[in-house]
Amino acid sequence: MAVQAPASAQQEKLYAIARRQRVEDFVFHKLTLMFALAVLAALIGIIAALAWSSAPTFKKFGLEFLWRVEWDIINEEFGAAIAIVGTLLSACIALLIAVPLAFGVALFLTESCPVGLRRPLGTAVELLAAVPSIIYGMFGLFIFAPLFAEYGQPALQSTLGQMPLIGPLFGGAMNGIGILAAGIILSFMILPFIAAVMRDVFEIVPPILRESAYGLGCTTWEVVRSIVLPYTQKGVVGGVMLGLGRALGETMAVTFVIGNSNRLAASLFAPGTSIASTLANEFGEADDFHMSTLFALGLLLFVITFVVLSLAKILIIRSERAKGI
Amino acid sequence: MIKKLFSAMIAGAAIAVATPALAADITGAGATFPYPIYAKWAEAYKAATGVGLNYQSIGSSGGIKQIRSKTVTFGATDAPVKGEDLDRDGMVQFPAIIGGTVPVFNLEGIEDGAFRITGALLAEIFMGTISKWNDPKLVAMNSGLKLPDMAITVVHRADGSGTTFNFTDYLSEVSPAWASKVGKGAAVKWPAASSVGGKGNEGVAANVRRVKGGIGYVEYAYAKRNKIPVMAMQNKDGQFVKADDLTFAASAAGADWFSVPGMGVSIVNQPGANSWPISTASFILMYKAPGDKKASGEVLKFFDWSFKNGKQMAADLDYVPLPDTLVEQIRARVWSQIK
Repeated sequence: MAVQAPASAQQEKLYAIARRQRVEDFVFHKLTLMFALAVLAALIGIIAALAWSSAPTFKKFGLEFLWRVEWDIINEEFGAAIAIVGTLLSACIALLIAVPLAFGVALFLTESCPVGLRRPLGTAVELLAAVPSIIYGMFGLFIFAPLFAEYGQPALQSTLGQMPLIGPLFGGAMNGIGILAAGIILSFMILPFIAAVMRDVFEIVPPILRESAYGLGCTTWEVVRSIVLPYTQKGVVGGVMLGLGRALGETMAVTFVIGNSNRLAASLFAPGTSIASTLANEFGEADDFHMSTLFALGLLLFVITFVVLSLAKILIIRSERAKGI
Repeated sequence: MIKKLFSAMIAGAAIAVATPALAADITGAGATFPYPIYAKWAEAYKAATGVGLNYQSIGSSGGIKQIRSKTVTFGATDAPVKGEDLDRDGMVQFPAIIGGTVPVFNLEGIEDGAFRITGALLAEIFMGTISKWNDPKLVAMNSGLKLPDMAITVVHRADGSGTTFNFTDYLSEVSPAWASKVGKGAAVKWPAASSVGGKGNEGVAANVRRVKGGIGYVEYAYAKRNKIPVMAMQNKDGQFVKADDLTFAASAAGADWFSVPGMGVSIVNQPGANSWPISTASFILMYKAPGDKKASGEVLKFFDWSFKNGKQMAADLDYVPLPDTLVEQIRARVWSQIK
């Protein structure tokens, strides 16, 4: 009896601890669940607010709003085609330039960079990825655009501009700003971003795989193509998609250099506009219906980003299934 | 002893004056065009009276929205609100400052004020029907200058703005084609094939300076500060005038402010040998029966003080202060309506 009493007291103590832990766990679980649900609620709230505010636009133009080539504020004739084309085109140009270069940068850093250089170069890439976009915009307008107009555009016009089919893309006036300039500035912006992600995922390839391949006599390129890339495919696509997402939604850098002209032109040298830059430019002075069209543009940007990210996800899942992972 | 008591009284009085003043800053929102001068006036007024001004330069339509939702004591707009809308909302409107919009250009070797242009030709350039600098019509206007065989690039505002309203208001006034095809507004559909949009006055100024053969329009102060060449313009009387505060003032002098309800007079294309054709006033909106009468009174005190003491400040920033007779009329006929 004398022995049992302290034992049960101890047990009681343990129970108390267990009970307290259970309560703590319960509260913690519910609390984190609430945070997670808050994100979902915010997302649904944003979609609902965008849809609600853009309703007058879709009521007036219907789905035709998507492919109407018109942006006339005074006569209230609106269409999203010009902004959608500008957004997709500038983002595609950015990817076309940035992805191969970023791939090269990441490859060099992980495969063939001297160890002493690896850290300073890696840090430089990370720092570049953190530069605010307005800096890229200012650089683009005041430094890049004059040089591009003076040297870049004439060079492009006299070479690519003379080729059949793609020639007209490089015709017209050479102001240094326009869709192509916006794409190039965007590529500067997303290049370090993609490179940093790619470097990180390349580094997670187990050394044993890589070294075995080298041991079998593979060249660096063979190792990258048959070992590193298949192993890190998901991360690479993810990095590219993050870059694309940033390019699609980029506002300030694009506003500075895209030329802000509501017109569809055959030439990539011509000024255009993107969804984000239209929003940034026009919200300040927008009235009732005009405001609603801007919300509709916002909704479209949301949908475009969503579709792009979903496609990337599907791509990854399919390739994994094909490999039987 | 008496001296001590006296200084204590002064200190006490100073606190008595300062405390309520600190508690009630004036709030206003709206046009970006007059923001520099309002900020300058506010600084001087605060130094003189202790009452500060919290002015958000969010754009004219933003200002109208804010005053309608009563989050500010006064709204400011470059494009005047129509008389019937003022009546519906129970608001009054009066001009507070006058300024000018100027066409700027980038042509090598042509000096500030040397290039001459008429409103009709300016409209044709911005329409895109004149697309070369050596167009016969431009050459005929500028016989002394050597105009290059160079494409014209039109630079306009990408964001909605009172400056654009002023400029398109003028083009609509002088060109029937512009009025019917484009119209006037804070942002319009720019028809010229070779056109580029810049964000803000500074964006337009930067693009005009950069693009050879560029032409744009900015608020005068931006052209002057950035030393961008300005065109000389033909006014309604057929005279070619250069842009400065004297020619802006001349175009305001002849205006009949009370001919339109709410004083919403457009002073573009005014008669007078010295009138600058693209001049504009910026307006203030207030409620006739404000919810917060004290705050409303403070706003009137602020503008009263600024109209009296702020003339040199306005001139320093290349604005034109309202003439005394007009201020007198605003006091008697507009402010008297605010209860």
